[in-house]
Amino acid sequence: MRTCGATPGGPSLDGIDLSKQTVIQGQILRDGSSDSVPNGAAVTNGHVRLLDASGEFTAEVPTNLEGQFRFFAAPGSWTLVVQAPGARVEQKVVAAQGTPTDLVIHI
Amino acid sequence: MSRETSLVTADWVAQNIDNPKVVIVEVDEDTTLYAQGHIENAITFHWREDLQDGLIRDLISKEKFEALLSKSGISNDSTVILYGGNNNWFATYAFWYFKVYGHADVRLLDGGRKRWELDARPFVTEVPTRTLAHYVAKDRDNSIRAYRDEVIAAIGTKNIVDVRSPAEFSGELAAPAHLPQEGGQIKGHIPTAKNIPWSKAANEDGTFKSDAELKDIYQSAGVDLAKDTIAYCRIGERSAFSWFVLHELLGVNNVKNYDGSWTEYGSLVGVPVAVGA
Repeated sequence: MRTCGATPGGPSLDGIDLSKQTVIQGQILRDGSSDSVPNGAAVTNGHVRLLDASGEFTAEVPTNLEGQFRFFAAPGSWTLVVQAPGARVEQKVVAAQGTPTDLVIHI
Repeated sequence: MSRETSLVTADWVAQNIDNPKVVIVEVDEDTTLYAQGHIENAITFHWREDLQDGLIRDLISKEKFEALLSKSGISNDSTVILYGGNNNWFATYAFWYFKVYGHADVRLLDGGRKRWELDARPFVTEVPTRTLAHYVAKDRDNSIRAYRDEVIAAIGTKNIVDVRSPAEFSGELAAPAHLPQEGGQIKGHIPTAKNIPWSKAANEDGTFKSDAELKDIYQSAGVDLAKDTIAYCRIGERSAFSWFVLHELLGVNNVKNYDGSWTEYGSLVGVPVAVGA
């Protein structure tokens, strides 16, 4: 679980040269209103895939123990597909070099 | 070489977890996932630390492969079940690797870690203790492995299939987007290669599409499978996935994996390169 008081979103950007990388990252949290898990629990068994502007698969990562993920993409429009047991959510994002796209996605 | 002899379902694995003839191996680039949880009785191979020579860029030697399998309790008559994350990329690489060294019965868990997790099947953290075996490998089977000179000679003559994402094929990205975009290679692809991303062959849950769908992927892209085919990607693991589709699921014999892939080709001096879609 994320440490109480920390800023939500993807993993630490320490050590990443943001002038060269186009980062899309975030954290996947459970929306607990309709199931038995606590609202806001990190989704640690999720998979996030990155599709390009034409919908082609570009990469996929599993979420970490804090429900986080990260991609190194290129500037432009992308779609994230979040999968976890019993859940599937799509979210469109626009990425830019130098400014990380940092999301919190509830499923 | 067929879906029946090369692929098993999660149900099959669940029923054979305690089968003494079966050895389950998780293969990946990141074995911390194995440490966090894996299929009961599974051991793990790290694709680089266990399966790469380390000094020269090559597979480990026959003697080292024999030692690895022997200490892992894998015998020549074991049924080896491979699976992993990353949509089974490194597990299919290991499958191809086991075939290079002539293992008789090796199979892939359809959907790998991802399908297992999406089905909410159990993982354990206990690492099994395996009894030492005596494994004897065959000499490398180079009929399923392509080297760079053959790839260069194949330009415009054989089928060359680039299985990376369209963004890597065109030169927009240098690596899959879960990795930092850096590296010594120039960007682009081998001229006359067709871009048929590995992902076309997989469903969203990581399982393979039907044989009819798989055939159509290649036919609709204009690939004449009667001709020799060479598949490549960046480091040879995604192309092992596509090699598995063609050679094992569709039974196409004349297919090679170029495991040197773009990491090698994109570093060669003076070879032709194409960019764009």
